[in-house]
Parts: sequence; structure tokens; C-alpha cells
Amino acid sequence: MKELSLNILDIAKNSVKAKAKLIEIVIDEKDGWRRLTIRDDGCGMPPEMVATVTDPFTTSRTTRPVGMGLPLLKLAAEQTGGTLSVKSSQGDDHGTEVTATFAMDHLDCVPVGDYAGTMVTLIQGSPEIDFSFTYRREGGEINLETAQMREILGDVPLDTPEVLAWVYKSLTAPEQP
Amino acid sequence: MKTLAELQAIRDRMKDTVNLRSGSGSIRAVVGMATCGIAAGARPVLSALVEEVSRLGLTDKVTVTQTGCIGICRYEPIVEVYEADKEKVTYVKMTAEKARRVAEEHLQGGKVVEEYTIGAVENA
Repeated sequence: MKELSLNILDIAKNSVKAKAKLIEIVIDEKDGWRRLTIRDDGCGMPPEMVATVTDPFTTSRTTRPVGMGLPLLKLAAEQTGGTLSVKSSQGDDHGTEVTATFAMDHLDCVPVGDYAGTMVTLIQGSPEIDFSFTYRREGGEINLETAQMREILGDVPLDTPEVLAWVYKSLTAPEQP
Repeated sequence: MKTLAELQAIRDRMKDTVNLRSGSGSIRAVVGMATCGIAAGARPVLSALVEEVSRLGLTDKVTVTQTGCIGICRYEPIVEVYEADKEKVTYVKMTAEKARRVAEEHLQGGKVVEEYTIGAVENA
């Protein structure tokens, strides 16, 4: 994956498949470290799956028994000296949280890339799910809440092309409040 | 967010046309968006399709959707076009540029772009 945004798109799709109602994505940059958190309220995984989930031979896909999503994110984190962790629960507070850390000054640290394109793609693919996106970095914070958009839009679906264009624009606007 | 007012304006503009859209299209363009597709560049292909379908005014006729792994990862990014009473068309090794051409010639014009199909690429 050439950009972290592509990993985010890939991993968030696991949350979609887990029937999440809310998927939260946070990128937090502080003191030279970038921390990515993807949290969902989906069905969660049993402990034995969590234990092997970063193994490429663990997958939910049905076309073949190899899944590279989490292994690739793990590689992207560890090649900078960072880490990947996965927490999951199938209990009352069911859901999954994936956290990856990256040393931003490391030569092998992939750029964040087109995070706006990733959010547009996620919303286009699953307009019925709520997404919360926060990108905190030096000089400001970008935030998008589809629940808030829904309140304004009423019956107009989130995957309306004009709405998707608005999402892209508002996430890439140079001046964030 | 200062642009929330713009979102309100979109709502006001769109609310009368929502019913038109809900009569979902007779053509379905499906983009493979599993790890393999994403790594191969499916995200810009999908964006280009969504944009072009909107720009060409085809939203009532064409639905663009995402799917998981199609099973032929070496040909990603893949776009499959489904239309009632017609055979499925599989476009392989797509780019945003190729997707724009498919939108115009196939989704709008009804003519398959043969050179991008799996049959043409396999025999090349």
C-alpha cells in the first residue's frame, strides 16, 4: 500500500463486514508519532481469531485462504519501529479496535495520502453506516461526522454525488476552523 | 465547519429529486475493493466512475457499487458491468482514465470498450 489512507480504507471495510453501525477513524500526530485508531461497534471476533488475525493465512475472504489487510498495516507500522494492536470483544460492548503507531521521521513511514478520497469511498460504499473521522496534527484538526451530516440532509442519501463532492471538499479545504 | 451551510444548500436542491434516484438503475457497475483491488489502485477508479456517472447525468440509470475480492487479483483493479438480459462485462487492469472512457462509451453509449475487457487482455 502506497498510502496509509489505502490501509485505512481496507481495514475499515472489515468493520463494514462486521456489521458496524459506527466506525471511528482517528489519526493523531504528536511528538513525532502518528497513531491510527480504527474502532467499530461491529460483531467483534473470538479471542482465537484475534490471536491470529495478523497472520496472512487468517482471513474472512472466501475466494482463497489468504488475507493481507492487517498484515500489510502491521508491516507499515513495524517498518518504522511502530506497533500494531488489535482488541476485540463479542460481549455487550462488542466491537473491534485496531491501533497502529508510526515513527513519522522514519524513512519507511508511508505518507497519510488521500484521506479525503478514502472517506468518500467508504461513505459511497456504505451510506447507511455512520463514520467519524478525525485527523489531529500540528496546526489543526479536521473532523467529519456523518451523523451530523445526516441531520442536515434529512432524506437526501449520503451517497448522493453532490454530497460526496462536498465531503471531499470539506476534508481538503485549506482553512479548517 | 464553515461549509455546513453548503450542505444545507445541497439538501434544499436535492430533496425534490431524491425520488428519481431511488428507482435504482438498470445498469450496475461493480468495483472490486478488497485488499488486492485497493492496493492495485481501485480507489481512483471508483471515484472516476462515480464522478463520470454523475457528470453524464446517468445516476438514474447506472448504480456504482463496491464489492470484495472477485478472485482474479492479478487483473485488479476490476470493474464488472451488469445489465439485464446482457452478458456480464469484466474490465481489468483499470485506471481512472480507462474508467472515464467506459462511463462514456459503455455506460452512456451502450458500446463495450473491448480492449479493456478480460478477454482482450488475456489474449494480448
